[in-house]
Amino acid sequence: MRDLRLAVRAGGGFGLALAFFLIVVVLVPFAVGPEAAVLARIGPGVLWVAALLATLLSLDRLFALDWEDGALPLLATSPLPLEGVALVKAAAHWITTGLPLSLAAIPLGVLLHGEGAALLWLAGTLLLGTPALSVIGAFGAALTVGVRRGGLLLSLLVLPLYVPTLIFGAEAARRGAEGLDATVPLLMLGGISAGSLALLPFAAGAVLRINLR
Amino acid sequence: MSVWDYANPKKFIDTTTPLIPWVSGLALLCLAVGLAWGFFLTPDDFRQGSTVKIIFLHVPAAMMAINAWIMMLVASLVWLIRRHHVSALAAKAAAPVGITFTLIALATGALWGQPMWGTWWAWDPRLTSFLILFLFYLGYIALWEAVPDPDTAADLTGMLCLVGSVFALLSRYAVNFWNQGLHQGATLSLDRQENIHDVFWIPLLVCIAGFVLLFVALVFMRTGTEIRLRRMRALEARARRLEA
Repeated sequence: MRDLRLAVRAGGGFGLALAFFLIVVVLVPFAVGPEAAVLARIGPGVLWVAALLATLLSLDRLFALDWEDGALPLLATSPLPLEGVALVKAAAHWITTGLPLSLAAIPLGVLLHGEGAALLWLAGTLLLGTPALSVIGAFGAALTVGVRRGGLLLSLLVLPLYVPTLIFGAEAARRGAEGLDATVPLLMLGGISAGSLALLPFAAGAVLRINLR
Repeated sequence: MSVWDYANPKKFIDTTTPLIPWVSGLALLCLAVGLAWGFFLTPDDFRQGSTVKIIFLHVPAAMMAINAWIMMLVASLVWLIRRHHVSALAAKAAAPVGITFTLIALATGALWGQPMWGTWWAWDPRLTSFLILFLFYLGYIALWEAVPDPDTAADLTGMLCLVGSVFALLSRYAVNFWNQGLHQGATLSLDRQENIHDVFWIPLLVCIAGFVLLFVALVFMRTGTEIRLRRMRALEARARRLEA
């Protein structure tokens, strides 16, 4: 619990991710034109990509602050194993970015001419998918924690890992919005989230241990 | 005598160095014969004309692009489990070769697609998977370059290779699914090995053998270079210590 509070504080500045999300979504109509039909069609995909980029934005601070001030070795010697630390950090990251992003997707979806059911589908798939984004991101952040100015490298490593989540998430949101059967992508999205949550903290913990050696 | 004896860097270099001219010579021979046979001695395809001949570069390169990643995965596992440095260096040596094969496959595919499909690029599942594979190679190589300590870099890239392999497989199926959802099976890729005629099949096999041998020769060469580079650094460090 103390770790969680610490992690939440370390992950601070999460308003920034939300503002970034807002700006990306506002910029899209300027680029593709204001026709309602076009915006409604690409809306779910745009919001998914924007949420993904906003998640990426705050990742490099996930472990970097603790690494710089020497708190990470302390956490490593604490009774909580590093795998647990990674999981808690990822959870804190999700609470400060994934959760508000999913909720903010509803008003922003209205800006892109989303309808009632489509908005619910969008927020639901984001809620289901963003935990996977946070855990995968925690693994990437653990990989690059020792690299100076590793932000760009982090994006390069993490973005290919985000591909399946993005595909199934956006597909489920699109199918739901069009009233098609979205069971399969929804199940796959949930499976990716559950699998990442179960396995990737171990990978992230192992990577942190390598970096602390 | 077991395969693990070759984990000794000296033994590895001593064994592979005399093999390199033979393997690369054989690779060149296979490629020369296969490509000449494929380009000049096979008939034009009934519908595709002479463009069909690009498969003699495209298919072997694509196969080896995937096999190179699998070889890196095995080498990374060996490094993470048994800590043999040669294995980590072999994985490092294979990555640039693999990314080059991926690029060859993408480029030849685009060259073939322009006259045949009427477009350089389509978001077909196979094409998209290769683009994603390219990104994975890019990230892997970038991580090797970014971490200064060689053992840490080997560990980190090894972990990335393991996790990346799982997600690469996942992407492959996700992309299949995504494309079906959008295009309803409008893909134009042939199931080549089922349909292809022996006239093309035999020179294609020779070309594939050539690419495999080329890959082996390049990995032997680059691994040997990495080992020698590491040895040089160690000698320099020792010399500096003695001076001080």
